[in-house]
Amino acid sequence: MEFKDYYAALGVEKTATTDQIKRAYRKLARKYHPDLNKAADAEARFKDVAEAYEALHDPEKRAAYDALGADHRDGRSFTPPPGWDSGFEYSGRGDADDARAHSDFFETLFGRQAAGARGPRRSASHAGGDHHAKVEIELQDTYRGASRTVSLRTPQVDADGRVTLTTRQLTVSITKGVRSGQHLRLVGQGGAGFGEGPAGDLYLEIQIAPDPRFRVDDRDVAIDLPVAPWEAALGASVTLPTPDGNVQLSIPPDSASGQRLRLKGKGIPSQPPGDLYAVLTIALPPSGTTTAREAWTQLARAFADFNPRQALEG
Amino acid sequence: MTEHELRVTHGVIVENNLQFTLIELSQACHADIAQLVELVEEGALEPLGNDASNWRFEGSALSRACTALRLARDLHLNATSVALVLDLLDEVDALNSRLRRLGHSTPV
Repeated sequence: MEFKDYYAALGVEKTATTDQIKRAYRKLARKYHPDLNKAADAEARFKDVAEAYEALHDPEKRAAYDALGADHRDGRSFTPPPGWDSGFEYSGRGDADDARAHSDFFETLFGRQAAGARGPRRSASHAGGDHHAKVEIELQDTYRGASRTVSLRTPQVDADGRVTLTTRQLTVSITKGVRSGQHLRLVGQGGAGFGEGPAGDLYLEIQIAPDPRFRVDDRDVAIDLPVAPWEAALGASVTLPTPDGNVQLSIPPDSASGQRLRLKGKGIPSQPPGDLYAVLTIALPPSGTTTAREAWTQLARAFADFNPRQALEG
Repeated sequence: MTEHELRVTHGVIVENNLQFTLIELSQACHADIAQLVELVEEGALEPLGNDASNWRFEGSALSRACTALRLARDLHLNATSVALVLDLLDEVDALNSRLRRLGHSTPV
């Protein structure tokens, strides 16, 4: 367990007033809130800031924290990688906060709070809460459909009001055509019902993992396709990898660098399906050998009249 | 491996196939009904139907409502401010999407 320097997290002095703490929190929250800042480490930064605010804006918690003394050093030494919160289950207000927001340090200091305990507790039977979790899938999974096993950590409150985390495995069929940011609803996989009440539902938010070759934009997918100068000039049939396997693609003659060739309906197979774009880049062979230089020189002679900068001349 | 572990759970895509009533949306987002009604009054959520008892929210309202509630809570915003932020976020998304189409990497 690492010590958390909450004053440093908010960038305030230990003597800061409650108003100063609130101002510092609001400023940093606007900067790092994961709904506003899509940088990979923003969510982790926001969590630190939110936890620090929660500890310091409450006079009782702040006093308990201050009582630890001033000799401790902040122990943060790592930044969680992207997708680090995949597979956590929570029953907060539509996000992960309530069940997993707090560090071990915070929970040791202030106790682990019962998650999902908001709202009136009725004595009669009522439905269990709806839960949310994120799951990261490969681009191929949405092209072909897939089964993914996700580990879900669910906080459960026992008879004494203590909260324990139980882990369960759930094998989920990833619906073909699902896009990043969409949700799968799994009926009855949320929180257990009370009495005769039915279980809640589980909402899985889908994230498509970044791919080294393909860029995804909603339902469309793009890939850079390098071609040789003569392929671009004369036209060619080339093998194009797609998330669903290779296809033959014909490059029209006189193709230019940056030109986008659209493969209609070969994007994510949603309803309607997206398109796949091959973005041409012209790759030059090295000119290091005598033969290569001779070939380029011949080309230069053959195109003696060609002026690539004609448009720049007034 | 037990039989239980082999069972595959099927889901439906919320954004394509589902609609929510006001009560269902409040359960799914862990929101108070009053908060959602405020968001509708601000135009941040646009359900079908005349009055709250027969409102039907499109599936895409789930993430929009959840985002709105997170923003309200974490940034201490009122419903009017949240509606403004959501509109601006839509605009940022649209601009980023255009940038990606032009082959630029998206700023974060």
